[in-house]
This record gives sequence, C-alpha cells and structure tokens, in this order.
Amino acid sequence: MDPAFIVVQALSGLANASSLFIISSGLTIVFGVTRIVNFAHGSLYMLGAYLGITIVPRLLDIDRTPTMFFAGVLLAALAVGLIGVLMEVLLLRRIYKVPELFQLLATFGVVLIVQDLVQKIWGPVDIAGPRAPSLRHGIQIMGQRFPAYEMFLLFVGPAVLVLLTLLMQKTRFGVLIRAATQDREMVGALGVNQAMLFTGTLFLGAFLAGLGGALQIPRVPANGHMDLSIITEAFVVTVIGGMGSVPGAFVASLIIGLLQAFGILIFPKITLVLVFLLMAVVLVVKPWGLMGRPEATANRAVLPEGILSLKPFGTGERLVAALVVVALLAVPLMGDAYKTKVGIEILAFALAAFSLNFLVGAGGIVSFGHAAYFGIGAYAAGLLVVGPLKLPMEGALVAAPLAGGLAAALFGYFVVRLSGIYLAMLTLAFAQITYAVFFQWAEVTGGDNGVVGVWPSAWASSRSVYFYVVALLAVAAIVFLRRIIYAPFGYTLRAARDSANRADAIGIDVRTHRWLSFIVAGAAAGLAGGLYAFSKGSIDPTLISIGMSVDFLMMILSGGLQTVMGPLVGAGFFHAIKDFFMPLTDFWRFFLGLSIIVIVLAFPRGLVGAVDAGREALAHRRAG
Amino acid sequence: MLLSVQGLQKRFGGLVAAKDVSFDLAAGELLAIIGPNGAGKSTTFNMVGGQLRPDTGRVMLAGEDVTGLPPRLVWRKGVGRTFQIAQTFVSMSVVENVQMALISFHERTRDLTADATSLYRTEALAILDGVGLTEMADRSVSELAYGDVKRVELAVALASEPKLLLMDEPTAGMAPRERAQLMELTASIARARKIGVLFTEHDMDAVFGHADRIVVLVRGEIIARGTPEEVRADQRVKQVYLGETGVQAALKARRAAQA
Repeated sequence: MDPAFIVVQALSGLANASSLFIISSGLTIVFGVTRIVNFAHGSLYMLGAYLGITIVPRLLDIDRTPTMFFAGVLLAALAVGLIGVLMEVLLLRRIYKVPELFQLLATFGVVLIVQDLVQKIWGPVDIAGPRAPSLRHGIQIMGQRFPAYEMFLLFVGPAVLVLLTLLMQKTRFGVLIRAATQDREMVGALGVNQAMLFTGTLFLGAFLAGLGGALQIPRVPANGHMDLSIITEAFVVTVIGGMGSVPGAFVASLIIGLLQAFGILIFPKITLVLVFLLMAVVLVVKPWGLMGRPEATANRAVLPEGILSLKPFGTGERLVAALVVVALLAVPLMGDAYKTKVGIEILAFALAAFSLNFLVGAGGIVSFGHAAYFGIGAYAAGLLVVGPLKLPMEGALVAAPLAGGLAAALFGYFVVRLSGIYLAMLTLAFAQITYAVFFQWAEVTGGDNGVVGVWPSAWASSRSVYFYVVALLAVAAIVFLRRIIYAPFGYTLRAARDSANRADAIGIDVRTHRWLSFIVAGAAAGLAGGLYAFSKGSIDPTLISIGMSVDFLMMILSGGLQTVMGPLVGAGFFHAIKDFFMPLTDFWRFFLGLSIIVIVLAFPRGLVGAVDAGREALAHRRAG
Repeated sequence: MLLSVQGLQKRFGGLVAAKDVSFDLAAGELLAIIGPNGAGKSTTFNMVGGQLRPDTGRVMLAGEDVTGLPPRLVWRKGVGRTFQIAQTFVSMSVVENVQMALISFHERTRDLTADATSLYRTEALAILDGVGLTEMADRSVSELAYGDVKRVELAVALASEPKLLLMDEPTAGMAPRERAQLMELTASIARARKIGVLFTEHDMDAVFGHADRIVVLVRGEIIARGTPEEVRADQRVKQVYLGETGVQAALKARRAAQA
C-alpha cells in the first residue's frame, strides 16, 4: 500500500479519535461522579451541533474570522452546558439512588424528548453548517491532500486532555471530582456540598458534549440521528477505557479511531462489528475496562430489584387467568380485523416481555438489548420463508426460537461474565452489532427496506386462524417460562442474583446457570419475533433498534418487574396505549419519553406492583 | 486427619500475605485462626475455601488434594462456609434458603419442571430444627434480626452434610449474647456430628471459650499454636497481638468455659 495513503488514513483516524474523546470524556466524568450512565449525552452532542449551525453563521455574518467561528462554537457548548445543568436539577438528582436500569431508562426518556424537540425546532431535514474561515484549505502531506480543519481537530482532543488533567490536579473542583470518582461516600463524609459538585459535573460533561457537537458542523450536517449514533460509540469508548477514567477514554478513543480508519480498508462493511468485537474482548479480559477500577460491591444485604417472593396462583388469580384466556379466544370472533391484528402483536410482545423479565426479574441480568433476539427470530423466520429455501411457516416458526437461542448463546457467553452497568452496556452493544449487520448486509437482509412478503401458510392465512396460532404458541411458551421460574432452575437464578457468593459456596455454577437462562430467554424472544413477523408480512431493522429494546423494558417496567405476571399486563397496556395515541400526535416520542420519566419517578413498581401494594395495605388494615 | 494444610504461600505483588502456613484439623475439632488485621487470616481462609489459589503448598481434605479447586467444587468435597457479612438469599424465606442448598446438593438446579417450593421442604425443616429456627421457617430472610440471619447461614452450610465448616468471623456484627449462643450451637453440632470447624475471629470470648486449638498468624507467619491455655500463656503472642487486656479477656473466657 502507498505509504502516503496510510499516513493520511492514520491522520484522519486520529482526527476522529480526537472528536470522539472530547465527547466521551464528558460521559465518563459524569459517570465517575454520579454513577449514572447518561444516555442523553448523545442528545447533548446533537444539541451542540444544532446550536452551532444556528449561532455560528450569525457571528460569521458580523465578521468572517476564525475568532468569530470559535466564539460561536464555545457559545454553543456553553449553552449545552446550561442544558446539562437543567437536566441535573430537574431529573438526575431525583434518580441518583435508584437502580441502574431505571437510570438508563429515565435518561433514554430525555433522548426521546430531545429528538422530538429538535425536529420541532429545526425540522426534519439535515442542515449543513458553515466552514471555518482560514481552515478551509487542504494541507499537502507526502503528496496527498489532507483537510486543514481535520488537522486542527487532531490537536483539540489532546488539548482537552491536558486542560482536563490540569483541572483535575490543580483546582478544588477537579480534586472533588476525582475524590467522588474514587469513593462516593467519602465525599459525603467530608461535608462537601454534593448538590453543587453534581451540578457542576453535569455542566462540565454537557459542555464537552456540546463542544464535540459544535466542532463537527464543518464536517457533518446537523441531523436527527446524531444522538444515538454517537452515544453507542461513546459508550464503547468509556467501557473499553474503563468507566470514570479520562485517560482510559483517551486511549480507547485512539484505538477506536485507528481501528475504524484501517478497518474500513480491510472490512468495509463490518467496521462497526470490529469495534464491538474489540469491546467484547476487552471486557472479557479486563471486565472493568483498560483503566477502570472494579466497582466496590455493596456488601450489605439489599433487596434486589426484581421478582421477590413467589406465591402460587390463588383462586382469584386463577379466575383472572381463565377470564383473560377466554377474552383472548373471543377477540377474533368479537373484534374486527384491526383488533385481531393488534391482538396478535400484543401476544407476541407479551411473550417477548415475559422472556425479558425472566432475565431481569428472576436472574437480575439487566439486558438492554433484548430486541436483538426478537429481531433475529423475526429475520430468521422471514428469510427462510422468502429466501431461496422457501420454507413453509411451520418450519420458520421452529427456526425462529432456534436462531434466537443460538444468538443468545453466542452473545450470552460474554455477557454473563460481567455484572451491573457493564453487563447492560455489553447487551446494548451486541444489539447494536446485530442491528448494524442486518442494516448493512443489504444483499441478504434487504437493508433498510427489510424483508417483505412474509405470510403464513395457506391454512393459517386468515387473520383469525393466525391469531389462534399465535395465541396457542405464545401462551404455551409463557406458561412454560412461568413454570421454570417456579422450578428449581428459576430458584437457582434468583439465588445467584441475591448473592453470587452464597450461591457459589453451595456449589452453584453461577455463570453457567446465567448463560442457560440467557439462552432460554433468547429462544423465547426469537419465537416471539417469528410470530410477529408473520403478522405484519414484513420485517425491517427497527425490530432490532434500541427503541424496540426500550419498548420491551417499558413493558416490564409499567407492568411491574417485581411480579411474575406484570410483564403481560405491561405489554398489553403499553402496546394498546401506543397503538391508540401514536396516530393522534406528531409528538409520540416526546410523550413516550415523558411517560418513561414519570413511571420511573412515580410508579417504579408498575401496575401489578401497585395492585399488589394496594392489596397488602388492605389486608393490613383488615388485620389491624 | 480431616484437613491438612501444608506450606501455603501467597504473595500479592511485593507483599507476602501468607508464608509457609501449615496446620492440621481433626474431625469434631474447632480450630481458631487469630491475629491482628492484615495478618493473613482471610488469605489463608480463602486458600482453604478455594476463593484464592495458593502460590505454593497443598490443601488436603480427608486425604484428597483440593488445592486450587474453585469454591463450588471444594463445597462438593464436603466443605460448608459462612461469611463475615452473612450471605443469604434475601428474596426467599428461611426454609427456601435451606431448600436451595439441598436442591444444589442433590444436583437438581437445572430442573425446569419440579415445584421448588415443596422440594426437600421436610429435610430443610429438620435442618432448621437443628439450629432452632423452626418457628421462623416461612418468614422472609429480609425480615429477620441479624443474629437469626447468621443462624440461617449456618443451616444453609450444614445442609450438604459437610465434613468441614469454614466460618469467617462468625460472630462479627452480633450482640454479645447472640455471639455466645451461636458459638455454643456451632460447637455442639460440630462435636455431635464430627464436623471439623476452622474459624477466624476477633472476639476473645468466642476464641478462648470455644476453640480446641488456636493458631496465631502475624504478618503471614504462624508465630504460635496450641491449646487456648498455651496460647494465652505465650509471651510472644502477648507482645505482638493480645497485649495485657487481651490476655485478661482470654483468661476470663477460659474460666467461663471451664465453669
């Protein structure tokens, strides 16, 4: 290969690494102090870009100088810093003590809200930004042209690293950030004004995100997808570097930047896969990242956020279950075609949600990427029916859970080696790999357009008949999963969740049991995906998106993840609401985001949890 | 000999946490490891239990080499353990905690269909009876007083009919009366069923009142060993660990034990 080309390629990789570091450093600092993984960090980055393309041109109209350009960039970053402060005061300080899953969901709620606000304010079309005066030319490097602005960016990252290091070493604020990152309780004991420290940290983190975004405007037009695409990369960087470590983020950014620059030459289609594979390998070798430190485990006995005591069905519950089944059977007879279709979707989602709570509620394995197994099941079914094999529906519905289970076996092998927030991040990363593969491998998967013409076999082609097929399979699978929760295997999962040390000391192979549960849940989600595929006739990559994974989490959360049957109620409730409201408003994401936050703050035990609490209170009053 | 520890050594970087540690433990005997903080008690303990792999040396259990086996396999060979901070399954009831240990003991953890709430319940209740927890069987562990949680842990450890019990600071965090009760209970069970007990402890009453023999570790090395009387009278132990007050406390504990 031409050496000049290699040099230019490396420089361009380093420029990307530099940008990535500016953004990731903010994410990792915020995590270090608050222990919250801020999903909305990508949204702050996007806001930086949009504010940049709004502010910078106005300043350039006054005076077309580099000073004005960079003043505009800094103004945009400062404005985003203030938005970060707002976010801390209004939301984050209410969720510092809640479980990680709730924190992730609440900040994802902010992502949804910002998406709709940005679209409302700036419109759906990409907006190109101005270029930086005096940095518009190219530099000759060994006979190759390299953009001057890229060259400039290349130095910004190291400059930010130096400034952050000075801040951390020389100022009281920086020392407090380091102290809080190393030992949170210590800072409380020192009598530091924690509220100020946390607000200040959010300002710094948001400022860095905004700076990263505003600096991008000469390179990429501001667009509505910037938030999620950058946040996954930033997650990968912070996880590889070690959550909370700024130097770690720097090293990881360099690795990722170069891997992308050269990976694209060797495997143009699977650069993303390479990045995530690197992350998986790093986490297996160093579970806390390259420069991270193990989380001090709380040695106190805290009640886990999940299914607690198991009570078998009483007469009342049996009656409710029987009524639900009868009502189900009546749907195709009483309702119109549309209601039947919604019924099919709810059944498929109910199975997917139930399988997710099998992991989260019983196993304490917080999967943030359950859509991967649902989507793989759907694609497996669809591709087998439509592809060269032309399998009938029956075969495809056998293949769907197998595919979901196989994918879960592969990903789960890595996932169950981790715990807590690292585990959640890795499940998310694997879901994003899957998404990228299905999105980019267009020859097989149809890419963005997906697969069409996925219809049931002739005998099941009527919607009513297919409804009964789905009802039979979904209910059977749910009953089976429920049985497992009440069986020794389910108890073993809960035991490993409650105390891995104790489980290990009574001979339980924690990792293997978690892995098996991951496979079971993946297979069930795969079946759900297969059933869903035939109801719509088409499949596209949104089935694997983060949004879908969050929908599943919302279902178990709104139903109550401390209960066994809650996810079913949640699936029905969530999908019915979505189906009813979504056509009525252009602001669906805004309202969804808001409801996620409200549920996390006000009803963390969900609907069934609330009913249970009510019944207990009633029994208490009668007894007292 | 039930447990024979031979020449265990463990380094962490430049620090020698355990150096040529050797001792034996007979069935039905209570052996205490004592020493100041950082003396290598936990390190030694974790090398016997399988949490740590020794650099050199051997751990023999009833004549079988168990060095370096992971904790769950050490458990299979007949070693139960309790933790300094009680580790139980907090979402389960007392009896379910013991049932869980029995499910694992009978290798049924992958059973997908049986009803776990009734599985081995009778056996579990019998074990709870042995530690005086029958009345609390169906209460949730999360509702119990800490002293009772410790007894649940003991019941869980006994479920697999172990030959050896490892107890890391069994009375830590308990009220003085509960401490004495737990140690008496442990000693009586151990002697009746010929279970060897290896424990670490800071509480002088527990050590000098109940141990048959004592090993004193300081900076990773055994500086004294013997009966409680011998260790109490040892000048070096007095110098580097017990001090005057410790010796007095030990003396009081011995008198109470002999009375």
